[in-house]
Formats: sequence, structure tokens, C-alpha cells
Amino acid sequence: MAGYNMMRCGEFRTTYEKDTTIFPTPMSKKFAILGVLLCVIAPLQIGEFSFVSDTLLTLMIQIGYLSIGALGLNILVGFTGQISLGHAAFFGFGAFASAWMNNDFSIPVFFSIPLAGVLTMAVGMIFGMPAARIKGLYLAIATLASQFILEDFFARADWFTGGAAGALANPFEIFGFAISGDRSYYYVVLVYMIAMYILAANLMRSRDGRAFIAVRDHYLSAEVMGINLTWYRVLSFGISSFYAGIAGALFAHYLQYVSVESFNLLLSIQFIGMIIIGGLGSVMGSLMGTVFMVLLPEIMQEAASIITSTSWGNIPAITEGINFMKEMVIGAAIVLFLIFEPDGLAHRWRMIKAYWKLYPFSY
Amino acid sequence: MTGQTPILEVNDISLRFGGVRALSNVTFDVKKGELFSIIGPNGAGKTSLLNCISGRYSPQEGSIKFNGQEVTKMTPNHRAELGMGRTFQNLALFAHMTVLDNIMVGRHHLMKNNFLNGGLYWFGGAQKEELLHRREAEDIIDFLEISHIRKSVAGTLSYGLRKRVELARAVALRPDLLLLDEPMAGMNLEEKEDMARYICDLNEEWGMTVVMIEHDMGVVMDISERVMVLDFGKNIAEGLPDEIMKNDYVKRAYLGVDEDDEAEGEVA
Repeated sequence: MAGYNMMRCGEFRTTYEKDTTIFPTPMSKKFAILGVLLCVIAPLQIGEFSFVSDTLLTLMIQIGYLSIGALGLNILVGFTGQISLGHAAFFGFGAFASAWMNNDFSIPVFFSIPLAGVLTMAVGMIFGMPAARIKGLYLAIATLASQFILEDFFARADWFTGGAAGALANPFEIFGFAISGDRSYYYVVLVYMIAMYILAANLMRSRDGRAFIAVRDHYLSAEVMGINLTWYRVLSFGISSFYAGIAGALFAHYLQYVSVESFNLLLSIQFIGMIIIGGLGSVMGSLMGTVFMVLLPEIMQEAASIITSTSWGNIPAITEGINFMKEMVIGAAIVLFLIFEPDGLAHRWRMIKAYWKLYPFSY
Repeated sequence: MTGQTPILEVNDISLRFGGVRALSNVTFDVKKGELFSIIGPNGAGKTSLLNCISGRYSPQEGSIKFNGQEVTKMTPNHRAELGMGRTFQNLALFAHMTVLDNIMVGRHHLMKNNFLNGGLYWFGGAQKEELLHRREAEDIIDFLEISHIRKSVAGTLSYGLRKRVELARAVALRPDLLLLDEPMAGMNLEEKEDMARYICDLNEEWGMTVVMIEHDMGVVMDISERVMVLDFGKNIAEGLPDEIMKNDYVKRAYLGVDEDDEAEGEVA
């Protein structure tokens, strides 16, 4: 039996506190908790049996740290309305910074990850300075410069990154207790991800988050409302870089090796793709977009291998062309997605919720 | 109610855009508690003047004092902190935010929580502060009778309601001086009456000094205590509404000359 408190067609709240919760309804909160619980039990192994395969687990970890980075970019692009093409460079900076602090100053990984975030935040605010003056496409080009400057820095600063050889990063440890193996490290990423998402959701319902959105929607009237434009534009770069730094540090200690080439412009563009597909200006949309962008190539790969394993695989043209077709289909899927769902997955999710709210009497 | 101490002193300001003189040597002051209107034909420089006061433009010459403090070179956000609120002629709401959030943005300078304790929300006192200011915002919502739309996204509202929300947002700053740029433009009679009532209440009960630009002469002459007329960037007249109505210069520049008067003039 569906209880009366499961889904409601109307909302009735008696305190302002209940009116300002992160989750709009008790049901959505329960869904979120259920989702977290599923994530918690997912990597468990009972004897030979495990819920998710190693491959899937790798993807889940990837989604975990990338979605933190995507959320950071969404705070900058989606909430504050500033474009950045240099997000991958900050992601990389966080990765190198955490490895560097751990290797050179023997700061435990447990602390070096958040410290890497703070250091990246400082760097991000310096590179975000131009944002105080320029907007739109001009800012995009200015941030492109930060991408290339940092990439060049990674390649040259041997003391920081190990230069062309790259840097080794130690595995995560807590109280001298090394956490090695994907199935344990998964939980580190999960804890960070949940914490970072809650932080962002809280930020957006408090004073500074509103200021970001105000700057995005109408900067002239935001200024007249007492919002210091320069500070909030630079701060937005800082917070976005903080997220990127944490994500990068998690990435570094996951792979345990950081190389200079991983943080190119393509990754920056992929981050932008994630938040556009997920939904600009939506916290949960950042996660949805990351899931989409990480899983789509994998699903296409699966589909390709299924096709080649059938009798179609005997046709030489298909076996040779399948990889190109895969890439094309991924591109086409993204284009079609943008045409039919320009507001992102988060918007589609809201539509689905709205539909079920009144089901089965949708009038 | 209207005191003698000036809250706003505009002293001999001139504003130029290249060769165009938008304002030349405009001087006036607004007393504390006053309801002051600025009228004039299109392009006379009314909005430019308001922009100078709120800090959007900075005049090349002259000075502006607010509450006795020199503000001529101050940024708009700093002036807002000192207690200056304004609305815009063309709607300038935060279109993707709810009405409530728009009003809460107005509370910005009165709140203290930042990205650190805002992110922690439950632990740094941010929640307590948010709820406290929510209460204030609700007072304003009640006063302006927009409680039914408090959760609507501002961009989806009708024109008249958006104007009202914009007023609510400016009021949320708890300003000493409220600058209104054509608060009644594009409204029907009923909406204008409501808006006039809100402005009078804000002035009399909430104790805000109001400087208003408005084209509807009926409203201006009914509710304002003093009126200033701008024409081609110059202050051509200033005084009580009745005096302004009778001023020949103003009639020629803006209000229009009655046909009867004109006929009399010809006979004489």
C-alpha cells in the first residue's frame, strides 16, 4: 500500500525551516538516501559474488571524482554565469599539488587532498582575476590562456610535477592504515562526493550562493543590491577550482601516478559537456551529466562488440568501420540530446517528477 | 514627517558621454522623509541622474552626498550598504530565481554568512540567520501582497507583478533612500493605484525617503511633496506640485500648454 506520506499532490509546511530543506519533498530525500545506500553496498563482495564487476567499479570511481570536478565547473558556469575553458588545468593542478605535498613534505594523503583543494583555490582565484573585468567569449579566451599556462608549467616545473616523467602518488591512508585496491578507495571517493555535493547544495541556499545566481542573472542589479561583483566573480573561480583540486587529488591517489598529458583542453571541454548535458545551474545535474558522459562511450563500446560478434561481424566494412561509427554515434547522441533536451537531464528529471506527482490523474 | 536635514545632496553635477551632455550642473537636495519626484521629457537625463545617485555612472563634475557622507566615487554595492535601494525602468529581476530568493538577495548586505559557514549551513549559524531574514522577507511579501507568488520563478510573472517584486527586492535592503525609476510604467489603473498606495505607505509608515521618476502626472502631482523638472539635462524647475503645474516654462518643455491658455495668450 502506498502510504499517504509517500507522494503528495500538495505541500503543506508549517515552519520556515521545513521550507528551506535541500530536498523539496520527504520522498525525494528518501530517494537520495536510498541511492546513497545502494552506492554503499555496491562494491561489497560476498565470497565469490559481487554486485558490480571490476570494470563497472572503475567507472563508478571515475564518475565519482569527475562529478566533483563537474560540480565545481557548474558552480562557475551554471550558477555564476562565467565560462571557463581551463577547468582541466585546475583539476591537474590539484592532482600534482596533492602528490607534491605528500612526497616532498610527507603530509599524509588524508590531509594533502583537502590542502590540494585549498592550494588550487588560491591558484584559481589568481587566474580568475580577469573575470572581474571581462565577460562571455572574451573570458573564455582568457581562461584558455590559463589552461595553456598551467599545462606549460606542469611540463617545466620538475620540482612540482616531476616534469615529463610525471609524479608518483602514494595510496590513500588513514591512521597509518593504507587503503589500497579499488573496492576500498571507492569509499574514499564516495565520501568526498557526498560531502562536496552537500556543501554545494547548502551554498546555493545561503547568502553567497544567491549572490552567485544574482550575478549570473543580472549583474547590474546585483551590484545595486549590495553585491560586490569583483569579489563574487573571483570567489566563484576560487570555489570552482577548489572542487577541481579535490577531484584532481582524488584522481591522483587513485591512479597513483600523475602524468602531464592527462590534463589537456579536451578534458576541459568534456567537463563543459558534462554540465551542459546534465543541466547548467543544477547541483544534481552535474552528477547526471557526468554519468552520461562516462557511460555513453562504454555503452557504445558494448554495442559495437555485440554487433561484431553477430553475423554482421563477417562483413569486413563493419568490422573495420565500427570504431569510427562508435565515435560518430557518440557525437550524434550528444547533438540530439542538446536539440531535444537543451535544459539538461536535471530538467527532464523534474518533468518526470511533475508527471508522477499527479499520476494517474494528470489534469 | 519631512525633516529639514537633507538625506541626499546633489551638488552641481555634470555628466558627459563623449560630446553629449546628459546632465549639466544639476543641483538639488532631498530632505529626510520626503517623497520627491523627478519629471521631464524623454531623454532629459532623469535615468542618468538616478544612475549617478546609485553609482552606475560617475559624473565628471560635482559631488553627491548621502546622509552627509561623500559618495560620488563610491561603488554601487557600497552605496547599497549605506542604505540606498533602487528599482529599474526596464525590469531587472533575477529571472531564474524565485520571488522569495529575489527578495532574499536584497537582504544580502544585512546578512553575514559566507561560503564557508553557508556550505556547512547547519553548523556555522547560517541556517539560523537565513531563517531570521526569511521572516523579514515575509513581512515585505505580506506588505506588497505577493504571498501567492513567493515560490514562482520571477521570469514567469506578469509585468505588473514583476514591478511589484522589484519594489519588494529594493525594500528588502531596508534603505533610507529608495530610488524608483518609473514604478508605474506600463500598468493599468488598478495596478497604478496599488503601486501609489505602496509607495505612500513605504514613505509614511516605513519611513523611507523616496525619489521617484514617473511620467504619470496624475500620480506625481497627487503623491509627491516636491517635484523637480529636468529638460535637456538641466534642472529647469523645482517646487511644490501646484507650482510646477502652473510654471509656464515647464508647460512648454514637458506638460504641454492648454489650448484655452494658448487662446487667451493670443487674445492678449
